[in-house]
Amino acid sequence: MNLLRGKLMPPLLAIVFSALLCSVALVISGSNPGTALSAMVSQVGHGTTAVDIVNSASVYYLAGLAVAIGFKMNLFNIGVEGQFRVAAVTAAVVGGALRLPPVLDAIVILLVAVLTGALYAAIPAVLKVTRGVNEVISTIMLNAIAMGIVAYMIRPDVFGVLHGNNISTAEIPTAGQVPGISFGSGGTVFGLVILAAAIGVGYWVMMNRSRFGFELRASGESPTAATAGGVNAKKMVLTAMLLSGGIAGLVAMPELLGRDHSYGIISPAGYGFTGIAVALLGRNHPGGVAFGALLWAFLDKSALALDNVGVPKEIVTIMQGTIVLSVVVAYEIVRRVELAAEQRRVGRELGNTGGTPPQPAVASAGGES
Amino acid sequence: MSTVATERAAPQESERAPAVVLTGITKRFPGVVANRDVALTVRQGEVHALCGENGAGKSTLMKILYGMQQPDEGTIEVEGQEIRFRSPTDAIKAGIGMVHQHFMLADNLTVLENVVLGAEKLHGIGGKARRTLVELGRTTGMRVDPDALVERLGVADRQRVEILKVLYRGARIIILDEPTAVLVPQEVDELFDTVRGMRDQGFTFLFISHKLDEVRTIADSVTVIRRGTTVGTADPKAISSRQLAEMMVGSELPSPETRESTVTDRPVLSVEELTLLAEDGSGRPVLDAVDLVVRSGEVLGIAGVEGNGQTELVEAIMGMRASSAGRIVLTSADGTRTDLTKLGTLARREAGIGYVPEDRTRHGLLLSEPLWLNRVLGYQTRPPVSKGQWLDIEGARADTKRIVEEFDVRTPSIDVPAAALSGGNQQKLVVGRELSGDPVLLIASHPTRGVDVGAQALIWDQIRNARASGLAVLLISADLDELIGLSDTIKVMLRGRLVSDADPATVTPEELGSAMTGAGDDPDTAPPAEPAEPKPSTVDSAGQAAETTAPARAEDEAEGGDQA
Repeated sequence: MNLLRGKLMPPLLAIVFSALLCSVALVISGSNPGTALSAMVSQVGHGTTAVDIVNSASVYYLAGLAVAIGFKMNLFNIGVEGQFRVAAVTAAVVGGALRLPPVLDAIVILLVAVLTGALYAAIPAVLKVTRGVNEVISTIMLNAIAMGIVAYMIRPDVFGVLHGNNISTAEIPTAGQVPGISFGSGGTVFGLVILAAAIGVGYWVMMNRSRFGFELRASGESPTAATAGGVNAKKMVLTAMLLSGGIAGLVAMPELLGRDHSYGIISPAGYGFTGIAVALLGRNHPGGVAFGALLWAFLDKSALALDNVGVPKEIVTIMQGTIVLSVVVAYEIVRRVELAAEQRRVGRELGNTGGTPPQPAVASAGGES
Repeated sequence: MSTVATERAAPQESERAPAVVLTGITKRFPGVVANRDVALTVRQGEVHALCGENGAGKSTLMKILYGMQQPDEGTIEVEGQEIRFRSPTDAIKAGIGMVHQHFMLADNLTVLENVVLGAEKLHGIGGKARRTLVELGRTTGMRVDPDALVERLGVADRQRVEILKVLYRGARIIILDEPTAVLVPQEVDELFDTVRGMRDQGFTFLFISHKLDEVRTIADSVTVIRRGTTVGTADPKAISSRQLAEMMVGSELPSPETRESTVTDRPVLSVEELTLLAEDGSGRPVLDAVDLVVRSGEVLGIAGVEGNGQTELVEAIMGMRASSAGRIVLTSADGTRTDLTKLGTLARREAGIGYVPEDRTRHGLLLSEPLWLNRVLGYQTRPPVSKGQWLDIEGARADTKRIVEEFDVRTPSIDVPAAALSGGNQQKLVVGRELSGDPVLLIASHPTRGVDVGAQALIWDQIRNARASGLAVLLISADLDELIGLSDTIKVMLRGRLVSDADPATVTPEELGSAMTGAGDDPDTAPPAEPAEPKPSTVDSAGQAAETTAPARAEDEAEGGDQA
């Protein structure tokens, strides 16, 4: 029950609260919140919506995990956006040029994506470790540079190919594509959804079972205590950032290898920022991030149904924003309440040993009041 | 001059209510009580010093008086009226101003702009404000050009601007938080002249310091705070620095005596010519060619007023700071010599150093993680808490249970976060952890600071037991009784150097206290009951000591402040 209160209450509270806020907004604009909600929920059963949600969620999940690794040690990698785009375009170019046997081809493309993402994240990491440059600033600037890199790479005179009015990288041959799991008219789930899930499991194992994960958490929780405990702060910044960038490199892969097969000027962007919201929502826990990613994807995809019932679908954006805000607030409130409750509990259970822990730092106990 | 002050203060005292009366102030933070039942009375028109070691609770008390924090219990009276401060604004309204140790000025604004900023309602921002400021400067003797840019001003001038700022807001009671920490001796003298002049005009000062010589120079009365509570108020003219030091460190605690010596002739830690330069780039050494040897079975105690390099010494040995010169060699039980000088903190820990940091919440624990995970910190590469690259969770849990039992850590389970434990139990956990893994050397910084008497006795016992089985211990403590009781050898640290040795079997806390302040060779102790006018010879030597020690310590203070 403690787990329920500490881990599940905050997001539930936040979702209820933001749903209320959105209802108010809907009522003010003259719509019926009930109709809107039922339209969104029933949309899941229509056409390919359910599969679309899972597909989108896998992308959001990867982005969320990339951000979460940074968050775990108080690094704010806003650059997931830039890292994933540079990695996507590089992987697409390599994939378009490679002629390897199936499976191997796809693996090489994925590796290229991971390495490119990590390399692009290495720039802010090295700047931070050697020059003390704040990673927030440097990654934001590198996001802008990433747009330029993508635009340059897909120019027809560089690596791009012109298809009608659209330019993109050359098509990745079948050997490099990752087949999906077909549900007939229900759509096709990306094969790389499984990879995303596996990375989630790996993330959990690393954080909770490995020495590296422990050092990462310790650095995030208390840099001073970590240093005194022999954790090399600079090494941790560097590795965490590289890992974050590596996972960021995979963000575009489900879509690239499962659907689009080439990366172009109109390829979707903004996943890096969604990842920040999803990581916040899931409290950097792999399970929580998965939930956040699915919720986000549900809101995105079901929003299409809102137009049918005459509700502006932008209401979903409001809801996403309020969820993130209220989740952050709710976690902080619950954290404080929990700590106080824990201290009271420890005090109660030790009540008979004299003095109310937290005991006074001063010699004579029981002299208060 | 001191007699003049007392004569002048006496009649006022009878006719006017005290400037500030604090009664029964208690402030708790999770796991620790910062202030407990504090009583403080500051008379009108006096300079009242508040003395105490770092961490004794001075800052919390002043934050309460300035409305930055609310007390859990107790009352505040200002000029006879009970007041409840919700914010510093309330305190300013009541005529209380605070000059922080770290200046809060906008460099790119002029003096006038800085003073007026946030107080525009009082005298506007134009000519009237300027006239008020100039008038204030004239009456107090603090002349600062109102149009000078603050970035061009020196430290002493900036401090004047800070004082003018609080005066401009109508303060009659001024809290000076370690005001001399950033000043050179001449500037200290100027500041004291200003303070005396303003006191004669009826301003009241609360002067926070742990520099006893300065307190004796400037204060009309001094209140000592120790372990969160006030231990007494004295007339600084009638009490010696040594007595004051004794009040600060206390001597009523159970004695931590270790008797039969277990010292062997096998050196465990050898530090040679260890030098560490200040991080401010001034080239000033905070550790100046320190040599020391700790042998197996020996407790080497380092005595010193805080800020004389003890923290730096410990952190340099632990590899948390890079030393500029010198060698650190550790000899393990089987005789292997490891040169630690180039190694990182983890490698030094693996070589067999246990480390009880001076601030357990900052350096010793991950507060929101469960106890068993805290057992891993610092040991993440070694059994029983890890296997290669993986944590051994069962091993960590089992060993945490062992520590909880052996060290009597009062906790309902090993799954509660460390923050839920009281300070004493947190410290027992830290000491227990650092004595695990068969260390050959234990570095213990203030191992019993902020813990209750029971935990203190247990920690002392455990250190003694470990010493008996051959552990070498480097002990840093501000508690002189602890130092004398536990140590086999004591070295006194002053301004980054080990200046003298003391034999714990014969030395008294008083002698140690005076050695720590650098006035140690003066055999003439002023008797406690001596009236306000001390013997001239004592005044001379104290004054001289103040002049010679002030600069170095002022700098040390600034250094310490930066790290914090």
